[in-house]
Amino acid sequence: MLTIENLQANVSDKNILKGLNLEIKPGEVHAIMGPNGAGKSTLGHVLAGRDGYEVSGGSVTLEGKDLLALECEERAREGIFLAFQYPVEIPGVSNMEFLKASVDAVRKHRELPAWDAVSFMKKAREACTAVNLDQQFLKRGVNEGFSGGEKKRNEIMQMMLLEPKLAILDETDSGLDIDALQVVANGVNALRSPDRSFIVVTHYQRLLDFIVPDYVHVLADGKIVKSGDKNLALELEEKGYGWLEGESA
Amino acid sequence: MTSTPLHAAIAAGSTLNSRTATSHATTKIADMQNAAAHAWAQTPWPTRTTEAWKYTPLKALEKGEHFTPAAKNTLTSDALKPFEINRLEALTLVFIDGHFCAEQSDDLTQLPTGMTIEHLSDASDLGQFNKAAGEHATLFGELNTASIDAALVISVAKNAQVIQPVRVLNIASANKPCLANARILWQQAPHSKATLVEHFVSTQGSHTFTNSITELFVGENAECEHYRLHLEDEANLHIGGVYSHVHKHARLNSFYLAMGANLQRVDVVTQFEGEGAEAVNNGVYLPRNKQLVDFHTCIEHKVPHCNSHETFRGIIGDSARAVFNGRIHIHKDAQKTLAELSNKNLLTSNKAEVNTKPELEIYADDVRCAHGATIAELDALAMHYLRTRGIGQAEAQVMLSFGFINELIEQLNNAAIVEYLRPVIAQRFANKSELLDSLTNNALI
Repeated sequence: MLTIENLQANVSDKNILKGLNLEIKPGEVHAIMGPNGAGKSTLGHVLAGRDGYEVSGGSVTLEGKDLLALECEERAREGIFLAFQYPVEIPGVSNMEFLKASVDAVRKHRELPAWDAVSFMKKAREACTAVNLDQQFLKRGVNEGFSGGEKKRNEIMQMMLLEPKLAILDETDSGLDIDALQVVANGVNALRSPDRSFIVVTHYQRLLDFIVPDYVHVLADGKIVKSGDKNLALELEEKGYGWLEGESA
Repeated sequence: MTSTPLHAAIAAGSTLNSRTATSHATTKIADMQNAAAHAWAQTPWPTRTTEAWKYTPLKALEKGEHFTPAAKNTLTSDALKPFEINRLEALTLVFIDGHFCAEQSDDLTQLPTGMTIEHLSDASDLGQFNKAAGEHATLFGELNTASIDAALVISVAKNAQVIQPVRVLNIASANKPCLANARILWQQAPHSKATLVEHFVSTQGSHTFTNSITELFVGENAECEHYRLHLEDEANLHIGGVYSHVHKHARLNSFYLAMGANLQRVDVVTQFEGEGAEAVNNGVYLPRNKQLVDFHTCIEHKVPHCNSHETFRGIIGDSARAVFNGRIHIHKDAQKTLAELSNKNLLTSNKAEVNTKPELEIYADDVRCAHGATIAELDALAMHYLRTRGIGQAEAQVMLSFGFINELIEQLNNAAIVEYLRPVIAQRFANKSELLDSLTNNALI
């Protein structure tokens, strides 16, 4: 599904990703952990196509397509979804209007029939229920005045409606209490399927109790320095990242 | 100072006939008109060095052709259909190029309880006519007072709670340049409640210069809901003013929208006349092409314990320009005043321009005052967020622009006005109908 080869990226002329390799097959869940400043969030932004994140080398292909050649919105339409660590507030644009425009654009690109207003509303309500968000949130401005947890649940709600091929969750667990964490994890698990993959960026092993990964990678200093199965996360929880420092060289 | 030759020519022109009196009230009107005509002739024509007109050149008027009084025109009911506001269920008064049109207006003998409407010339006394506007007389205000023929006096009696809004529909329809003076005197007695919607529109091919003054007198404990919507086509010109006196414990809630006309200048002066009063003046302006919009607002905190809130937002596109001058004047005795003013502007083109200036004059020492003005482009992070959800750049721009304005629209109390304005505004930004649908389909929830 997604192949990252020797990816190098700069932010404000600073080298952040320094030759990252990753292969994700359909249906797999990959957790990416690592110390602060390792480049975890940068990876998400580079994949989603944020301005100011300059790719200086390497390649990323999504189902054989050169992802890096696509505009941000084209990547989304091709099936990349980034759940933001800090979702953006957009007052004046209702969540509903935003979701409808987004779903319309994505479905049109995928040559899927457009949802009419009534079926869209039905789907949106279902998605709200699934992440335990009151339907009133559809009327409110996008993320406007939402609590941290509500913003994260709103991200998962969007993901449900957009049905991506590859979802990148950027520290979706940060700022969540245990109940909200479970809600988010349930949302993700409900979307797991043989043809949908996930990259779960997190600092804490806790989230991986709920979203059980197929692989765990440690990202340090712009590279993946260690990969393993879910047990690696437990080991990291116990030992920290210090013992891996030698391996990053 | 002497007036310009143009100015003298206009003053001598047919616009200003001298009046002959037939009754006590008409004597007063005639005196007022003659005085105003004199003032108009004596006031120098604004130039770049005239502070109040510094950024607003009046070139379009300087040819002089816009000072020919508008002829009486008639329009069919069908021609008026596009100007309806669904579900507003207002009492509608129609003016065509400044002339009152009784045939197209609702029946003035069937008014809501507590409301009276009469022509100034028929009124037994002049009431508060020109009391608010006269205090802040401007050049064009004098012109209006001098040449007023169709002034309408709308009065709401003490304790009357008038649910039905009054809509004054001003239609610019003249096919060649001319002057239409419009004048409303709105008087609410104590403890009354009423809604005024000033709706300015135009027919295709019109070239009217509308010079429109509205005075609002909101009596003790009265509540006034006021909308002024400028939606004329770009070939028209509009200079206007809204002058209000807000009395003890009264509340004035005004909303301004400026989308039409090539030149739009609106002076808004709100004056507190009694303690414990509150005024909200919000507004939106969306000039495009070569339009120029100029709002000069002034809140006169004359007395203590009053609150004023003012939020104006504009999006300026193409080669359009906007001017916003927001003055807060807190008089010496106006202790415990709360005054807030915010003006935010978005520029969506390299050639667009805005001149914004908050002006605070505070002579009391125990007041709370907040003001701010910003000029910015669309928020890059919000833009990115929308694009990561598959929304194209152009559409994202539309959504963010719409959202910026819609924040103020959503706060309006009248649901029918909100419903009317949302598509009108969305259309200004969006040419794609699908997006328009999703922006205007909010009623579904």
